Amino acid sequence: MTDIATTPRPEGGFTALFRHARYVVGENPVTGFAFALFVLIVLAAVFGPHIVPYDPLASDTAEALRPPNAHHWFGTDQLGRDVFSRVVVATRLDFFIAVASVALVFLMGGLAGVAAGFFGGWTDRIVSRVADTIMAFPLFVLAMGIVAALGNTVQNIVIATAIVNFPLYARIARAEANIRRDAGFVEAARLSGNSDWRILTFQILPNVFPILVVQVSLTMGYAILNAAGLSFIGLGVRPPTPEWGIMVAEGSAFMVSGEWWNAFFPGAALMIAVFCFNLLGDGLRDMVDPRRRT
Amino acid sequence: MLPMILKRLAMAIPSLIGVVIVTFLLTRALPGDPAAYFAGPAATPQAIQEVRVKLGLDKPLIVQFGRYVVDLVHGNLGTSLTTGQPVLTELRNRLPASAELTLLGLIVSIVIAVPLGILAATKPNSLVDHACRIVATAGVSLPVFFTGLILVYVFYYLLGWAPAPLGRLDVFVSPPPQLTGFYLIDSLIARDPETFMASLKQLILPALTLAIFSLAPIARMTRAAMLAVLSSDFVRTARASGLSAYTVIIIYAFRNAMLPVITTLSMVFSFLLGANVLVEKVFAWPGIGSYAVEALLASDFAPVQGFVLTMAVLYVALNLLIDVLYGIVDPRVRLEA
Repeated sequence: MTDIATTPRPEGGFTALFRHARYVVGENPVTGFAFALFVLIVLAAVFGPHIVPYDPLASDTAEALRPPNAHHWFGTDQLGRDVFSRVVVATRLDFFIAVASVALVFLMGGLAGVAAGFFGGWTDRIVSRVADTIMAFPLFVLAMGIVAALGNTVQNIVIATAIVNFPLYARIARAEANIRRDAGFVEAARLSGNSDWRILTFQILPNVFPILVVQVSLTMGYAILNAAGLSFIGLGVRPPTPEWGIMVAEGSAFMVSGEWWNAFFPGAALMIAVFCFNLLGDGLRDMVDPRRRT
Repeated sequence: MLPMILKRLAMAIPSLIGVVIVTFLLTRALPGDPAAYFAGPAATPQAIQEVRVKLGLDKPLIVQFGRYVVDLVHGNLGTSLTTGQPVLTELRNRLPASAELTLLGLIVSIVIAVPLGILAATKPNSLVDHACRIVATAGVSLPVFFTGLILVYVFYYLLGWAPAPLGRLDVFVSPPPQLTGFYLIDSLIARDPETFMASLKQLILPALTLAIFSLAPIARMTRAAMLAVLSSDFVRTARASGLSAYTVIIIYAFRNAMLPVITTLSMVFSFLLGANVLVEKVFAWPGIGSYAVEALLASDFAPVQGFVLTMAVLYVALNLLIDVLYGIVDPRVRLEA
């Protein structure tokens, strides 16, 4: 009888996922490294404004354009503002834009795609046609056009980034919902009297969800790049707000005269953030679907 | 071949219609009253009403759309508020600059990425393979404007090898007589090696920036496709028949591996046309991208709309070209049509 007591309890979903995650991180140190970077970025986004040594907006013309030194780790810009403080504080805004636009497209694209794949017919035709039309544009160009039309604000950068990523999410969600619409468990749910909407919400969506989450982390880097590109050409964020794209734009004029730190550090921060999300996305994909490992 | 091209042309029509509808909707989505917007900030209510009637904004949306399409067919993309020039003329004047830059960037990228991908696939886990992986990961993480600035700093400021990043030609060199609008080709036709070198010098850095950006997907896809083909039966047979490594890899494997690479080009073009805008801003390149950016910042909408439309039409045309190319490389596609 004691045998029963010693049998390990079946693990819950989360415990198993955690064990698997620990295994994947242990197996692939690069993913662990990316995860550490991600934690650092989140910390900078949350606590950034409270821990930086200088006020990111305070100018000090006596200290203008100093190269990196002990007081100003990343040097100072043309107005004497501390580049390090500005880079750290900017994390919150850049991170917010990326998270907000990805969350928005996750909702729009995910729901539209799942509905298209599940219901087929007109829903499918409309969603696919919209996705095709967006794909007919070079994506960054379309984002520029949308921001130009809706107005030059941060909110519209979020919307534009979400719209240009829509086809990607909608297509994946559609394909994943489509292969499940006649699956055994869906048939079983249907036979036991569940309505279409109930099946969609409780059977299809939970199954498609993890695949879309992987997609999120893979496109997060692209979302940051897209938003930074838009602010680099002068859209959305207005000076003197610290944001990586606009800081690179402001610093670009000094690149030809040798004051490299102005544009270099925000650009490097941007690069590291995108790099981190790309690595993390690859790691997450390995975790969810080991077969697609590259 | 011809039926396939015709079929593919017909398939491009819905895309074009979609593009026209979206660009139309974008103007109508302008914040506030478009008539007040086009009349300018100092306009009286009367003037605004006049503009409204003139632009047909008092008509139902569908009639407005009809007018818009008729205008497009006549090549009327509106007039820029800041320069007073018709948008079509300016786009036409500036398009060769952008096209020359983008094409050179793409050529450089293919010339580097394809051999890199092939080498990486023939020697897995070698130094070349790791280099390929690093390039592929770094390429997608690097903001294109950042790469451009780093190149400017290193090659202009530190080494002094490249000219100042200020447009297509040094101010002291006069542009070649215009035939194609591509300075490299025009100066060759005019047998003017000096201008050729001058414009090549200006082109190298921005083209390299674009190339670094688009290297990643091409190299990654070439490597993956070559790996798949090299492990297939017919390659093993070719090897067993004693063919040289060169024949097997280039003649047998590469031609088959080309197909997915060509498909990737579609995505690469989408990235390139967007990245072009950023690179033009970094290098003060007088192309359509910087034209659109200037107009955007001045809230001058007609040029932006013209730009978005031009880019989309170009992109649809490029996709068409890629599909035709696909048919040339793969005889099976031709048979299906």
